[in-house]
Amino acid sequence: MNIIYFLIGCSVLLALGFLGAFFWAQGNGQNDDLYTPSMRMLIEDEEEPEKDQPNA
Amino acid sequence: MIKSPTLDKTTCYHCGDDCTTIEYIVEDKHFCCHGCKSVYEVLSADGLCNYYSYNEHPGVTRKQTNKRFDYLSDPTIASELIDYQDTRISIVTFYIPHIHCSSCLWLLEKLNKINPAIQYCRVDFLKKQLNIRYDHENLNLQQLVELLDNIGYEPLISLQDVIKKQNTTDKDSLVPKIAVAGFCFGNVMLLSFPEYFGLSAFEQTFKHFFGWINILFSLPIVFYSGIGYFTSAWQNLKNRVLNIDFPLALGIAVLFGRTVTEVVTHSGAGFADTLCGLVFFLLIGKFVQRKTYHHISFERDYRSFFPVAVHIIDNGVEKPVPLARLNIGDRIIIRNGEIIPADAILLNGHALVDFSFVTGESTPVNKTLGEIIYAGGRQTGEAIELEVIKPVSQSYLTQLWNNEAFTRTQDKRMQTFNEKVSKYFTIVLLSIAFASLIFWLPINATRGLAAFTAVLIVACPCALALSTPFTMSAALSIFDRNRFYLKNTNVVEQLAAVDTIVMDKTGTITNGSVDNIKLEANLTDRQKQMIYSVCSNSNHPLSRIICRFLGSMKQLKVSDYWEMAGKGMTARIDNELLFIGSAQLVLGCSEDIATNTKVHLTINDKYLGYFSFALSYRDGLSNISDLSAYYDLMLLSGDQDHEKKDLGRFFKRPGSLHFNQSPQSKLDFIQALQSNGSKVLMIGDGLNDSGALKQSDLGIAITDNVNNFSPGSDAILDGKSFDKLPAFLRFAKNTVAIIHFSFFISLTYNLVGLSYAVTGNLSPLIAAILMPVSTVTIISFTSIATHFAAKRRKLI
Repeated sequence: MNIIYFLIGCSVLLALGFLGAFFWAQGNGQNDDLYTPSMRMLIEDEEEPEKDQPNA
Repeated sequence: MIKSPTLDKTTCYHCGDDCTTIEYIVEDKHFCCHGCKSVYEVLSADGLCNYYSYNEHPGVTRKQTNKRFDYLSDPTIASELIDYQDTRISIVTFYIPHIHCSSCLWLLEKLNKINPAIQYCRVDFLKKQLNIRYDHENLNLQQLVELLDNIGYEPLISLQDVIKKQNTTDKDSLVPKIAVAGFCFGNVMLLSFPEYFGLSAFEQTFKHFFGWINILFSLPIVFYSGIGYFTSAWQNLKNRVLNIDFPLALGIAVLFGRTVTEVVTHSGAGFADTLCGLVFFLLIGKFVQRKTYHHISFERDYRSFFPVAVHIIDNGVEKPVPLARLNIGDRIIIRNGEIIPADAILLNGHALVDFSFVTGESTPVNKTLGEIIYAGGRQTGEAIELEVIKPVSQSYLTQLWNNEAFTRTQDKRMQTFNEKVSKYFTIVLLSIAFASLIFWLPINATRGLAAFTAVLIVACPCALALSTPFTMSAALSIFDRNRFYLKNTNVVEQLAAVDTIVMDKTGTITNGSVDNIKLEANLTDRQKQMIYSVCSNSNHPLSRIICRFLGSMKQLKVSDYWEMAGKGMTARIDNELLFIGSAQLVLGCSEDIATNTKVHLTINDKYLGYFSFALSYRDGLSNISDLSAYYDLMLLSGDQDHEKKDLGRFFKRPGSLHFNQSPQSKLDFIQALQSNGSKVLMIGDGLNDSGALKQSDLGIAITDNVNNFSPGSDAILDGKSFDKLPAFLRFAKNTVAIIHFSFFISLTYNLVGLSYAVTGNLSPLIAAILMPVSTVTIISFTSIATHFAAKRRKLI
């Protein structure tokens, strides 16, 4: 049953990893604006006809 | 393109306004003005016409395009606006009120196509902010702002922006605290489960191991996440106040102390799970309470109304000067639509000043040469020259801000229910704890100590601390849905407590604009066309309303045009002489001021009739006057009393109408009411009301566009929801009742827990179950009850 010590160590490390990831995202400003990206993704990508023409 | 059913009325392709002329047509797209047309031309030249495909009429009307941004080339102003600058690039953030749809987002993030010196743009849609990084060697700040203005997105740059940069608030650390608490809570729960299910004798080593790890996880909970409760409780004790943080801090300390002792002495499993859960839920409650609608600013004062700079004439040369450097004796130039920033004497030009925001008077005032014009007025018409007689900070208007109402901290205006209750709660809690200690001490000392700590643990007012934030935030989002924006959650309780309602007149109970126009004459089409042609020459607001009313027509050639500012105009069309204007000019007699504003017409000395303009009251004013059964209803107006009769229908109680009130006397009036023990709700809209709004127990600013300027207040109400005010007041009362009830629920849980605790036999399992169950009950009860209350008041 001593394996439990090792497993708990692993699980805590994993959880610490997630906590670190959250702090990184927070410091990176990823949670600052949670609304605009939802609109941005609905805007279609630009098609650029002038560039395509020489290839055609 | 959208065409309205009638043939002669078309809407502008850019902004959707009615087109009053047919002058501006490009590629069979109609525009209402030169400004809108030129935006279209800029966008089409850069291949950005997709702007119009996401939404119909995404633009804003560009009728007034005389903005000047040359003050931005002043290095001191520019450096105060720019967030970051190095040798090559600058980063700046603008507030752009017009951001409202996906077209805005699309266009503003493609500025690079218009000018390659712009490297990066990002829109924050809710805050209506645009963050731009640009190469300042190829583009300066002034050019950047002009570019934005050219495509119809004028940034709002006010004096407050310049000052705001200097005192930016420090970042709040609540989110990382919650993250750490959540992390510890999850792990501790995992490690506590074996204990709940029971460990066999040979697994005892695990028990100690789990106990020590639990202590390890409790350390950040107590000394990082929960530290705020200790400091707050200590601060309040020093000020001799018992607030809810004291029993909370006590609970946290006792939980931690008992956990450590039990684990170290091998006498039990400790309460680490309860401790972590408690702090985690408390912080969540705090987060919910702090949720505000930050896209609306409640802290606006005259500085956000005033421009950053003004043009002065120095040795015959016109140059921009920051407002702070404006001195007495400077000669300033104010153009159409600009605001007079300091008290000044009129030197040159026809001044027709719109003081609606300062005094509440709705029609522009005519000023003669040599007269003093107070700061805050907006010039309409031609450019005027003025000499400054008082610095900006000492002007008539800004002096209001020196009143003590503006300097005191204002969040402690009314004691909340929570504050009132927690004082008694703490006293009762401590006496029960000590009573059980004294009861057990002679019999069994350890049991006495166990009972003492158990009482403090189980009665820890977690549910009580959560009931207010969750109810309030649910209520806040209901209000938000109905376009009533509250500054914070305490405002709901204040709304429920008021007993006196004081209202401003102009802009508050009347509609902001004078546009209820009626034509009291029989005119032929030809006569209408003549009037249209003459009125289109004038910048007077009434002339513009007449033009809009008559619709787009072909202009006739006007000769001998002569306008007498504020009185009217005469002109000649094909040898026919027109007089359009006030009774004094047209009829030669003065008019009874009690009636509506009228514009009279004569052609060739033949009187034809008049246009009448009525100030219209907002919808639902009669709803509001029904409130007089429960509230003292009063009106404070800066206007003359010529509407007294009309208003008497709504404000029936004698002595409830007060006219000719200056900003200072409004403030004093509120103060007098308060000293009689009234809890005053003030509803106003202009700078002239801001003193009263600040002084009152609850100030509501009413506005027709929440992004426009509104004075600092506790709440902002959209004019469209004015009729819902009685429902808002009743709903606020319901909300407070819900808080009271949830308080009783949490007390019941506390009593159940106490019955175990006083015997000294509190097992960790019971504490660990009781705490989350009571929390969940409170949260679900408050949200469901708030929902039903809102439904009953027809707010959802």
